[in-house]
Amino acid sequence: MVEILEAQGIAVEFSCDQTCCGQPAFNGGFWNDARGMARHTLDVFSRTGDPIVVPSGSCADMIVHQYPELLRDDVEYVSKAQNVAARTYEFTQFMVDKIGLSNVGASFCGRAAYHPSCHGMRGLNLREQAQTLMEHVDGLEQVELPCAEECCGFGGLFSVTMSAISGAILEQKLDHLIASGADLLVASDVGCLMHMAGGLQRRGSEIAVKHIAEILNEQG
Amino acid sequence: MNKANLTFYERASDALANPSSLQAIRVGARKFVTHRATAVAAFPEMDTLRDRARLIRAHTLSSLDVFLAEFADNVEANGGCVFWAKNATEANDYVVKLAGAREVRQVVKSKSMVTEEIELNHALEAAGVQVVESDLGEFIIQLAGEKPSHILAPALHKTRAQVGQLFEKNLNTRYTDDLFALNEIARSHLRDIFLSADMGISGVNFGVSESGTVSLVTNEGNGRFTTSVPRIHVALMGMERLVPTLADLAIMLPVLEVSATGQKLTVYNNLITGPRRPGEPDGPEELHVVILDNGRSEILATEVAEILYCIRCGACLNVCPVYQSIGGHAYGSVYSGPVGSVLTPALMGLDQWHQLPHASTLCGACKEICPIRIDIPRLLLQLRNAGNRAYHSPAWLRTGMRTYRTIAQRPFLFRLGLRIGSVATRLLAKQGWLKVIPSPLSGWTDHRAFPALAKKSFRQLWAERKPKEYAS
Repeated sequence: MVEILEAQGIAVEFSCDQTCCGQPAFNGGFWNDARGMARHTLDVFSRTGDPIVVPSGSCADMIVHQYPELLRDDVEYVSKAQNVAARTYEFTQFMVDKIGLSNVGASFCGRAAYHPSCHGMRGLNLREQAQTLMEHVDGLEQVELPCAEECCGFGGLFSVTMSAISGAILEQKLDHLIASGADLLVASDVGCLMHMAGGLQRRGSEIAVKHIAEILNEQG
Repeated sequence: MNKANLTFYERASDALANPSSLQAIRVGARKFVTHRATAVAAFPEMDTLRDRARLIRAHTLSSLDVFLAEFADNVEANGGCVFWAKNATEANDYVVKLAGAREVRQVVKSKSMVTEEIELNHALEAAGVQVVESDLGEFIIQLAGEKPSHILAPALHKTRAQVGQLFEKNLNTRYTDDLFALNEIARSHLRDIFLSADMGISGVNFGVSESGTVSLVTNEGNGRFTTSVPRIHVALMGMERLVPTLADLAIMLPVLEVSATGQKLTVYNNLITGPRRPGEPDGPEELHVVILDNGRSEILATEVAEILYCIRCGACLNVCPVYQSIGGHAYGSVYSGPVGSVLTPALMGLDQWHQLPHASTLCGACKEICPIRIDIPRLLLQLRNAGNRAYHSPAWLRTGMRTYRTIAQRPFLFRLGLRIGSVATRLLAKQGWLKVIPSPLSGWTDHRAFPALAKKSFRQLWAERKPKEYAS
């Protein structure tokens, strides 16, 4: 992602002080713990006034939509939360909507199925940004993923505490993926990617799994 | 086995072991989703109506006491009786006593989730009254001795072969799995019951305050039969199911019907305003409306009050990946799916039902499809938080999360943790993947492999690279 942005002449900063946005705690219902991590993250990102680009839809949604709610009674941090939320973008959203770029000149050979992750799609309303970027990748064929908008079953802690249900949802997703005829699965959320890759590994499948930035950074 | 004593997760695991009924549920639920999508595509006003419907629900609940009083006054002015039931026992007692006083031997019912909630059938049967469900789905599960697995389609989990076997066993007919033949069997069986029943019991889709009207929608016509042929009609209504005016009803009905079944209009839309008046040719002699609280008034004052906006269309069940995977019975309550995961603990207490709010990936499909735009994921999160505050989460998770937070607030510890994680996972992994990870996280590797962490974390790579010169 850094290389793609820099190739467009965008200066990239990364603070090694950043850690976890707190989404696991927030989604688990541990809101005090989530607030602690949110405050830390806000402190780190309040050091700059520049746009913040996140390579994962659910983390971006956490910052954009949940921080201002989570900290609404915190006089000190609520304005920080609103400020940071207003300049936080998921990666494909930043590329297509913010800087208006849909062709990065990448080329990649493969039949790709795109899984639109739930928090990006429904939380941030990202409906075709990723597909637009992928359309312009030379050599990449996009195949339709049946029931693409259905969740992969990850759900954070849900995948551990309700593992069997999560696994059953995953099986559906993988069945659809295999039915699509794709040899490559692309998504923009690292949680979902890890979940689906783990499932494919368990099945012994040959289908490759990649974050969209890995595709866009290939120059053939 | 007493399923009531199982935890949600145990019931879900049972359900996962029954693939034929899960297949029926998945096919049925997806069919509902497709029908709705087709109907919405042909109905451009739907989104505007949904916004309007949400406003109506919010307005109604903000002055619920006023609208309830107006509704009750108007039901009585129309010649009906109103009974305010604080809980299930009061509601059941009222109906049982009424049945006794009027010498009712047989009751016919149209589908009503509220009567499922309070288990009215049990109460009536215990008093020696025969109860027959007339909604086809309810009829099927009554024969099977089961509870509804879907708010709208109670027998969604049954295959046609299972229904054929049930009819063969209970109705003295020859086995068939032909849908039309099965329909015909149920129809002719129920016809006699409609004619002989002394009391008809229905639910209420909406009560209309300004007119005291009970609105009831069905597709099979059984609702109209139930409420017009027997001499007594008892309608049971959750106290939140009101709309202020008939004009509001005209907005709520299409929103409900499109969302529920994908129909522009349900086949039978009944507006029942009082019992039979002098000179009218049909209708019941008596109309009783039982308004049920049973925990609802307490929800009004909580952070999940929005769940009372629900109009029970069932759309959130149909799109829910969890519901699709385990079906309705696993939820352990008559209200299943995303709405049930909020409503059940809200109505009956988190102490017993604290697992339900966790039965979600928070994918947001329920919020997206909800006709009233109820933010169900947010309500689930509220209940998860409330459950944790009441120490319902396992100790390892509480401690683990606090430790994780402590680490995440200190970048040095976070980096150290990543390094330890990287070394440990790479040590245990084969070709980059771990087959098993230890408890309490072992659930992950029950169903998927876990990737080893990269040798060098992104932040290490970042620290090592030369500062980039940017042309300004």
